[in-house]
Formats: sequence, structure tokens, C-alpha cells
Amino acid sequence: MKKSKILSAVLGAVMFCTACVSFTGCEAQKKTLVMATNAEFPPYEFYEGDKVVGIDAEIAAAIAADMGYTLVIEDMAFDSIIVAVQSGKADIGAAGMTVSEERLQSINFSDPYTTASQVVIVKEESTVASPADLVGKRVGVQLGTTGDIYSEDIEDATIERYNKGFEAVQALTQDKIDAVIIDREPAKVFVSQNQGLKILDESFTDEEYAIAIAKENEELLEKVNESIRKLKETGKLQEIIDKYISAE
Amino acid sequence: MEFFQNFADRFYLNFIAEDRWKYIVNGLLTTIEVTAAALVVGIILGFIVAIIRATHDMTGKMKIPNFLCRVYLTVIRGTPVVVQLLIIYFVIFGSVNIEKVVVAIIAFGINSGAYVAEIVRGGIMSIDKGQFEAGRSLGFNYAQTMIYIIVPQAFKNIFPALCNEFIVLLKETSVSGYIAMQDLTKGGDIIRSRTYDAFMPLVAVALIYLAMVMLLEFAFNRLERKMRNSDH
Repeated sequence: MKKSKILSAVLGAVMFCTACVSFTGCEAQKKTLVMATNAEFPPYEFYEGDKVVGIDAEIAAAIAADMGYTLVIEDMAFDSIIVAVQSGKADIGAAGMTVSEERLQSINFSDPYTTASQVVIVKEESTVASPADLVGKRVGVQLGTTGDIYSEDIEDATIERYNKGFEAVQALTQDKIDAVIIDREPAKVFVSQNQGLKILDESFTDEEYAIAIAKENEELLEKVNESIRKLKETGKLQEIIDKYISAE
Repeated sequence: MEFFQNFADRFYLNFIAEDRWKYIVNGLLTTIEVTAAALVVGIILGFIVAIIRATHDMTGKMKIPNFLCRVYLTVIRGTPVVVQLLIIYFVIFGSVNIEKVVVAIIAFGINSGAYVAEIVRGGIMSIDKGQFEAGRSLGFNYAQTMIYIIVPQAFKNIFPALCNEFIVLLKETSVSGYIAMQDLTKGGDIIRSRTYDAFMPLVAVALIYLAMVMLLEFAFNRLERKMRNSDH
């Protein structure tokens, strides 16, 4: 008897919570476009003073402007972004986010706006010369990034998941780990800021970045895709990217 | 029915698929390991500091150790435990490759010690001065009076407050994810970063903490009742 009471109490609580979640999802009709991001990912998004700037921030601002909205940026942990978009706390997620099968199960992605790759950072004197040498090594990643997910396939490697990319780099400079897998552009910034680090020539994976939008929000998805198309045609998109990434 | 099916699907996705439950179980073991070891460090440190401080308060001796203890208390109680953890990992052991679990045990042990110290000191000071004088006039020296008469009585008084501190310690270890240690909370976070489901992993983690605290409370209550037996 008692067991079934507890069970029904738990189920009741579960239903209540689910109801809360769905309530927060349906407050619509706002003049602002809320973008969830993780502003520790230069040059895609980072703080300049108290403002979040970077490629994603500017692209999102251009999209918002095209749609007649004002952009509001919410900074959060990378692994919370998709959840925030799903639950309606944010309208779009733009954080150098790679389109992947797993993510597509819980969220929609816009058309890709740029390509990127995951690279390996090591110390200059490191014996790791290519991604294949990572077997059995201690590898630092940022929790929830594609580097984190793909690094699980490295044989016998110990994966250390840091909340922030720069903390993984810090651990690398202190010899706590052997390598860091992270997106190429932030990797360049980290390497230029720390002495004795280098990026391996061979990249770990290649991928495309896109904007995350909640599954039920198809209208917004279409609008965003339309805006991205316009930005590509006018060359504005490339202009923004070139502003932050100098061509090699 | 749809609700239950949905619930079952999400449960499967979050815990069964790709053996994700291992993140929770391994994380739980790490949390228990860190908490238990930090508890021991905290108690030893706390009692030493408390006795030094109480001795100074009562006799005016041990000026320098007392001063050092006060610095320790001020610094540790005046800064957040996350910051202490990061300082120990990235600054103090900056150039050393050290096991993260050890870093966490040191950080949480030192942190807990400061709180235990003040609880214990409060307990010692709460014992009637007459008890102390009685001990001395029976021929016990200072240390013997402390160990055989004062501390046992104090311990009974402070037991509930100590239990409270242990519960806080258990939950505080949830910030060890900051140094990329995979404790229970981080285990849930990893699942969340894979499945993008906030509800299941977070609620599971919360329920496990709750269950552990309830278990601790049960054990503490039994112990407390046992200790009260000597009151009659």
C-alpha cells in the first residue's frame, strides 16, 4: 500500500514539473530575439568589456535586424544552451554549434553559416604528432562540445571534461593533461596567448556550424534560414567572419 | 499512456542507452570517496584548531598558534569553496600533476575543518567551568582534563551541529566539476550534454543526493539516541 502511495506522489511531482516546463515554453509574441550562447569561445563569442561580441553575436544581430527584432544575448554554460532553447528560455542558440545526429534528435538546426574543424593542441615538445597518437593519452575537452563527444572514440584515452575551454588549456600548460581538443578558431587564440603550445596540422574532425532552434518553432527556423540566405548573398556574412578571422 | 511511454523513452535515452548510467554510478562513488575522506581531514583539522583556540581563550597560552588558527578561519570562511578548490588545483598545485580526487579531498577537508573548528570550540566553551576545575582538582593535568572530561561532554552537545556540517560537506562536493572531476553532479551534467534533456539527469542526481542525506540523517538520529542513553 505504502509503496503505491509513494509512487503516485512521485508521479504527481513529475507531472507537475513537466507542466511547468511546457508553460515556460509558450510565452510567445516578444519583440526581442533571445540568443543563448557560451561567451568563452573566441572569436565566435567572447566578452569585450561587459558586452558579448564575436562572429556568432554579430551574425545573430544581423539576422535579428533583418527580421525586425532586437537581439538579447544570454550567456550560459555550453551544455545548457540546447536545453534553454528547447524549453523556450531562449529563441535561438548560436555558439559555434556543430550539426550532429544526436543534437538533431532534440533540436532543429538552421542552414550552416560557416565551416569549422576540431583541432588538437599540444605542448611544443610533445610526442603527439597527429590525432592518431592520442591513443592512451589524457585529453582535455570542454564539456558538451563536439570535441568532447568525438574524443570518446579515442582508444584508452582519459577524457577530462572542463567547464571552460581555457581551463583545459590551462591544465595542458601545467602538464595535467597531454592534449586539448577544441574548435580551430578558439584554439588559435589560446595558442597565441600561451607560450609553448602548438596546433597539430592534421585536424581531428571537420564540421559545420549552425543555429539551434526549438523543434516546434518551425516558423522561426524558416525566417532564420531566409535571413542567413540574404546575409550570404549580400556578402555580409563573410564580412563578419573576415572581421574576426584573418585569412591565412 | 502516452505520458508513460514518453517517460520510459526518456529514461532509456538518458540512463540505459550507451551505458550512460555509468556516469551516475561512477560519479556517485567519487562523491562518496571525496566526502568521506574530506570528512576525516575536516574533523582532525577542526578538533586541533578548536583545542588550540579554546586553550587560548581559557588560559591565554598559545598566542602564536592561536593567531595562525584565526588567520586560517578568516581566510577559509571568507572565501567561497569553489574559489578555494580552483586555487588549490590551478595555483597551489599549478606545476604539479596531481590526482584530482586528492585535490578535492584537500580542498573540501580544509574548508570543512574551519567550520568544524568553530562548532567544536563552541562545544568546549559551553561546558561549565566547574567541570574543568573538578578535573584539575582530581589530579588530572590540562590535557587529560580536556581529553577525558571536557571533549566527551562537548561532543554530545555539538553532535547535531556536526551532522549538519557533514550534510553540507556532502552537497558542497557537487562543485568539484569545476576541476573536471567526474563526481555525481558532473555525471549528470555529462548525460545532460549528450541527451540535451534537463529533467531526467538533474532529477536523478537530486534524488540520489536526497537519498544519501536521508540515510545520513537516519544514522545520525540512531547515534544521537545512543549517546543520550548516558543522560539517565
